[in-house]
Amino acid sequence: MATVTNPSAASTGSLTAKALREATFTAVMTFLMFALFIGLKTDQNMRNELILVPRWGMLAILVVIAFVGRFAMVAWLQPWRTASKAAKSAAPTVDEDAGFVKRNFSKLAILALVLYPPIILWIFGVQGSLKYIDNFGIQILIYVMLAWGLNIVVGLAGLLDLGYVAFYAVGAYSYALLSINFGFSFWILLPLAGILSAFWGIILGFPVLRLKGDYLAIVTLAFGEIIRLVLINWQDVTKGTFGISGIPKITLFGIPFDASPNGFAKMFHLAPSSAYYKVFLFYLILLLCLLTAFVTIRLRRLPIGRAWEALREDEIACRSLGINTVTTKLTAFAIGAMFGGFAGSFFAARQGFVSPESFVFLESAVILSMVVLGGMGSLTGIAIAAIAMVGGTELLREMDFLKHVFGPDFTPELYRMLIFGLAMVFMMLVRPRGFVGTREPTAFLFERKAVSGAFTKEGHG
Amino acid sequence: MTAETLLKVEGVETFYGNIRALAGVDVEVKKGEIVSLIGANGAGKSTLMMTICGSPQARTGTVTFDGQDITRMPTHHIARLRIAQSPEGRRIFPRMTVYENLQMGASLDNQKYFQEDVEKMFTLFPRLKERQFQRGGTLSGGEQQMLAIARALMARPKLLMLDEPSLGLAPLVSKQIFAAIKLLNEQQGLTVFLVEQNAFAALKLSHRAYVLVNGSITMSGSGAELLANPEVRAAYLEGGAH
Repeated sequence: MATVTNPSAASTGSLTAKALREATFTAVMTFLMFALFIGLKTDQNMRNELILVPRWGMLAILVVIAFVGRFAMVAWLQPWRTASKAAKSAAPTVDEDAGFVKRNFSKLAILALVLYPPIILWIFGVQGSLKYIDNFGIQILIYVMLAWGLNIVVGLAGLLDLGYVAFYAVGAYSYALLSINFGFSFWILLPLAGILSAFWGIILGFPVLRLKGDYLAIVTLAFGEIIRLVLINWQDVTKGTFGISGIPKITLFGIPFDASPNGFAKMFHLAPSSAYYKVFLFYLILLLCLLTAFVTIRLRRLPIGRAWEALREDEIACRSLGINTVTTKLTAFAIGAMFGGFAGSFFAARQGFVSPESFVFLESAVILSMVVLGGMGSLTGIAIAAIAMVGGTELLREMDFLKHVFGPDFTPELYRMLIFGLAMVFMMLVRPRGFVGTREPTAFLFERKAVSGAFTKEGHG
Repeated sequence: MTAETLLKVEGVETFYGNIRALAGVDVEVKKGEIVSLIGANGAGKSTLMMTICGSPQARTGTVTFDGQDITRMPTHHIARLRIAQSPEGRRIFPRMTVYENLQMGASLDNQKYFQEDVEKMFTLFPRLKERQFQRGGTLSGGEQQMLAIARALMARPKLLMLDEPSLGLAPLVSKQIFAAIKLLNEQQGLTVFLVEQNAFAALKLSHRAYVLVNGSITMSGSGAELLANPEVRAAYLEGGAH
């Protein structure tokens, strides 16, 4: 509409009138709708009689919110959106030169992560750093690694896996059981846990070879639950819901992180503190993450990675081009599972305790939503999503000032799922392809050109 | 023609569950020929093509390619014998770039001739060169068909099988596609097995042709013969503006 895109004085007046009209209508509708739901509440009085408690104040607040919201929407938001849309389509698409930060984003991000522990130690001191390095740093990086691992299965090969946490569990229990029962060190068990998880990935892969989409999702969901139930019920081995505790810590090539004479702190003449172990764990998981990213990026350029992406696009075309879809699918499951296993064994070593409660379906869902929210196939986007989701949870825990607003019973982290749900709905409306919707082509003749997200189908990287 | 036989289909019967889609089909394609298969909707044209590729596999009968029995081979092995197939509906990879699509076609080779072949494809279909950074899915129908053929050719096939290359294309664009097929056949001696609804264009192009009706071959002969055949004219040619 021309009147909206070029608002003149006359049309502004009519716009306000229109907004007022619509807002009033909305307010009346809200009043009618909520009058019985919110305005009146049934309750019991002292004599156990049913009484009606009017809540007109709350009803009034809702009506006012609806009025103001609709008014703002019609008067400002909608004209602004049409105007910005028109401006976007009018402006020629300039291939602007990406800035320094944008071009070197991943290098800068890695540098920032490497410098993170020393800076935190410097700012908050040795003891004060624990929270930031452990809760924010290590916790987030574990999820980044899990999400990147799942990205191979979901983002690249297009196999919707709802039971990814099963491989995380296999890795964690492999480390826990083998280190406690046989005394193997972390450095031997890390690859072993990866191999065992990859093996389970293949075991899952075989029965689901013919399945796709929704059906595949259901079977993988069931697989995740089976693993969890086995962990709960095979009590001779896994100790059931009690979990396994006393899992040995990781050593730095034989140097343990404890207060013993040949421990890390004594050896380097530092005051004994658990913070050094956390810093060490931080760098270890950072390395594992980088390994995951490196392998993913390399694989995408190799025939197997391209076969995964082609498989995601069209299975029949793949077969007619001579790609063995069976091995392609199985390798995707196996390699994705392997990284889940690495993350799992790291998790077990870091916690010192594993129980089936850490491997519930919600974990799979959270990891999957990181992949989807970040933009399938995009490592940067997924990392941002992981930081937002895990960091957001930790931040909510910190928000003690909210207790002064809402009273001492208010626990912000209970609202975490509500906030995430809303944030996700909002994100998917605004950026349906995830944070990073562009996909970097792996093959190019003369120059590399990212393909704009505008050309991608929704929900695909 | 006295050229040696490249593809031989003998007495092939293919079933979808209990439904017999092919009832004993015999087809032969010799080296350097363009052979087309025409027929109405549901005659089994695409089924025959898919059966040659091993999905679904023939229940009875044999498919021989280059002297080798491929009846019971898995599809990806058949493709590695350099039978390139451009399946019905083109089936390009929509979210991969044109260039990546071509690379997928060459994945059988050890990529030695890759650059050379890509250049060849860009000469054959200059439109693809313009569009090489675009996603496959953003191409027009004709460009997608060109890409599908180019992708199939990247494997340096001995036999190129095309399923309905003119499907959904404007007459001018399908003319271009047929011209490209003819060019490939004349210049490089490429053997082509073509499944087409557009009987007129297909018969004009091919050396020999088969007519498939309800799962069995009812007629065969040279393209010109069939074009002149009154039965073929009545069933597949008359009534359309050509």
